[in-house]
Amino acid sequence: MTLNVDAPAPARKTGPRRSSGNRGAKRGGNGLARFDLRATPYFLVSPYFLLFTLFGLFPLGYTLWVSLHDWELAGDKTFLGLDNYTELIADEAFWNAVVNTVGIFVIATIPQLVMALLLANALNKRIRGRLFFRLGILLPLVTSVVAVAVVFTQLYGRDYGMVNWVLSLFGVEAIEWQNQSWSAWIAIATMIDWRWTGYNAIILLAAMQTIPKDLYEAASLDGASPRRQFWQITVPMLRPTLIFVVFVSTIGGLTLFAEPVMFEGNPTMAGGATGQYQTVAMFIVKEGFRDFDMGYASAAAWMLFALILIGILINYSFTRRIGGNK
Amino acid sequence: MLNTKRQGKLAAIAVLTASAMALTACGSDEPAATNAGGGSSAPAEPVTITVHTFGGGNNFGYGEAVKKWNAEHPNIQVKHENLTDRFEDVYLPQLLQKLQAGSGTGDIVGIDEGAMGLMKARPQFFTDLGQYGLDSRKADFPAAKWENGINKDGKLFALGTDIGGMAMCYRKDLFEKAGLPGDREEVGKLWPDWNAFMEVGKKFQEKVPGTKFLDGPNTLYNTILSQEAPKNGNIAYFDTNNQLVIDKNPAIKTAFDTVKSFSEAGLTAKLASFTNEWNAGTKKGAFAVMGCPAWMVGVIEGNAGEENKGNWDVAAVPGGAGNWGGSYLAIPAQSKHPKEAAEVLNYLTGKDGHIAAFKEANAFPSSLVAQKDPAVADKTNPYFNDAPVGKIFGASTEGLLPVFLGEKHAQVKTAAEKVLEGMDKGSIPYAEAWDKFIEAGTKAAG
Repeated sequence: MTLNVDAPAPARKTGPRRSSGNRGAKRGGNGLARFDLRATPYFLVSPYFLLFTLFGLFPLGYTLWVSLHDWELAGDKTFLGLDNYTELIADEAFWNAVVNTVGIFVIATIPQLVMALLLANALNKRIRGRLFFRLGILLPLVTSVVAVAVVFTQLYGRDYGMVNWVLSLFGVEAIEWQNQSWSAWIAIATMIDWRWTGYNAIILLAAMQTIPKDLYEAASLDGASPRRQFWQITVPMLRPTLIFVVFVSTIGGLTLFAEPVMFEGNPTMAGGATGQYQTVAMFIVKEGFRDFDMGYASAAAWMLFALILIGILINYSFTRRIGGNK
Repeated sequence: MLNTKRQGKLAAIAVLTASAMALTACGSDEPAATNAGGGSSAPAEPVTITVHTFGGGNNFGYGEAVKKWNAEHPNIQVKHENLTDRFEDVYLPQLLQKLQAGSGTGDIVGIDEGAMGLMKARPQFFTDLGQYGLDSRKADFPAAKWENGINKDGKLFALGTDIGGMAMCYRKDLFEKAGLPGDREEVGKLWPDWNAFMEVGKKFQEKVPGTKFLDGPNTLYNTILSQEAPKNGNIAYFDTNNQLVIDKNPAIKTAFDTVKSFSEAGLTAKLASFTNEWNAGTKKGAFAVMGCPAWMVGVIEGNAGEENKGNWDVAAVPGGAGNWGGSYLAIPAQSKHPKEAAEVLNYLTGKDGHIAAFKEANAFPSSLVAQKDPAVADKTNPYFNDAPVGKIFGASTEGLLPVFLGEKHAQVKTAAEKVLEGMDKGSIPYAEAWDKFIEAGTKAAG
């Protein structure tokens, strides 16, 4: 069935009319088969859209509705209009969460993508034990986010943590990693990078392997150094994949939740005494399920949605310029 | 980066668990052998009553009590589930969601005193216990405990389980190491008030430099607040009209200032309560003293572990009586078997239930009848050097007045104590801490 539908597709590029005419002639006469051909694809993709409507669109709309109310969890609901949004825009705690989220995103994602790119490039070369290394960098991905965060949080423990122990060998006094923004951001960023660098590297590696070898051969004949080949051939050819990786990283980074929650060690969602590492996702959960103010939390959720869109647009405009051709 | 995916899975699991709970709550008509005997007022159809509680270690201490009931009542089987060890930020939000959704709660639910204001303001979610005759139990409880179970419609909706009381738990071995007396009577005499307590702390830390005197800000703060609130109109963060008085109530300022002075003097191990570091610190002897309501005795025993048996002891608290914590049981209106649930609730909050809970989890009975019973009054705790816990906590709960905890007490408490933790750990300067404290509390109440 799918083969029949797919097969003519490449032909379409050269001559769509003729191709579909042929198919019609072959299949003509059998109405049921034609219906089958036309309707089944929609039928087959419909579960996704039904589920998306149920668990994606409906919550989205409902959240918008809730965000227009003073909506207490298991309590009173009064219509407010846009008051939640105006209050949110003036709320220092919310912007603090935005700054934290963006801050952690920047210090986690930029080194991560650079590392992933370099790793992928190294693994694309002929090296001994290539398969072992390729599998190795992907291994952190099989561990659960929460487990990673728990282990790292213990490593960063003030009194009994390994990081402070190593630092103490160099005479550094015990750092309370949760105490300041910079230290908390670094700690959280390392958790993210440990888990996701390999994942991105594998995606980039897969893309690298689709780059035709003759490009490199021609370049080396022309005397281009490996470094030049990397920047002039590899990176520009990776652009579509890089855009994908950056998009996914942006969405993941701006909805960052599990790592900082586990890092705090208790589920108050406060992200430290003064919210040093409270992300927007934590802010939403705190407002909705710790202070029971669902309306305000919903407004914050919509703001996060808007922020992600903005973030993606900014990143897209950056990644588009990679390679500098356009 | 694909955290969203992971969260999706978590959410899915949460949904599944919630619906599974809903199913167990609804589908409680289990076929069981209907042999005669057992409960006198047992209905024709056997039912299962689910009891949901919270708390660490032995939590409500209902293991034995439930076993006994189930053996005697084949037609009303009790299923006890302790959902989590954290109340304000896990159990309470989940309970509210289930109440709102109309399914998923237990037939009987445990509620910490901190959320009673919130529940009193939502009478629509709970069964009136008066219609099952439980309003006859008034004489069993101290006025403070009884009044708090009456909602804004004037109906009885919850009965008391344990009561916190207040004492001081201390490391006997470390005290002796510091050249201080180790005997609990003498330790109590060392600190008639908080000033004397601080002097003891300074002396202690001079002698035992590796160990801090106190665990952190939370336990000290709650201990002092529990003593000060009764002196200031029996209110904490809210007045009786549910107006926030965090900046006006002298009890809060006194508790805050005392914590600040101890923190500034370097007498705390800078550990926030109920965190992994705090648990580890209890085990490794990072501190020597901790404010100790009755239920905390069970928490320490669980955290400090077998190797510290006999190292801890219980003494009188500086500054006199107070109450921190204690819980209630209520029947959500969504229960399919409110009558049978009321029978179980009556049993668990009755004399036998209270005594069993005290034995199992050191949950000190709020029931006056149970308090007078020798099984409670004469009980000693072997883990704490055979400290006479029955006597100590009995004395600390005598004559307590009800402290009014507002509708948003739980939220404000969490937010305000977060600032104390930050101040103690150094992320908030001492000079700014009070303003931040008020600000955080006000925001949580708004």
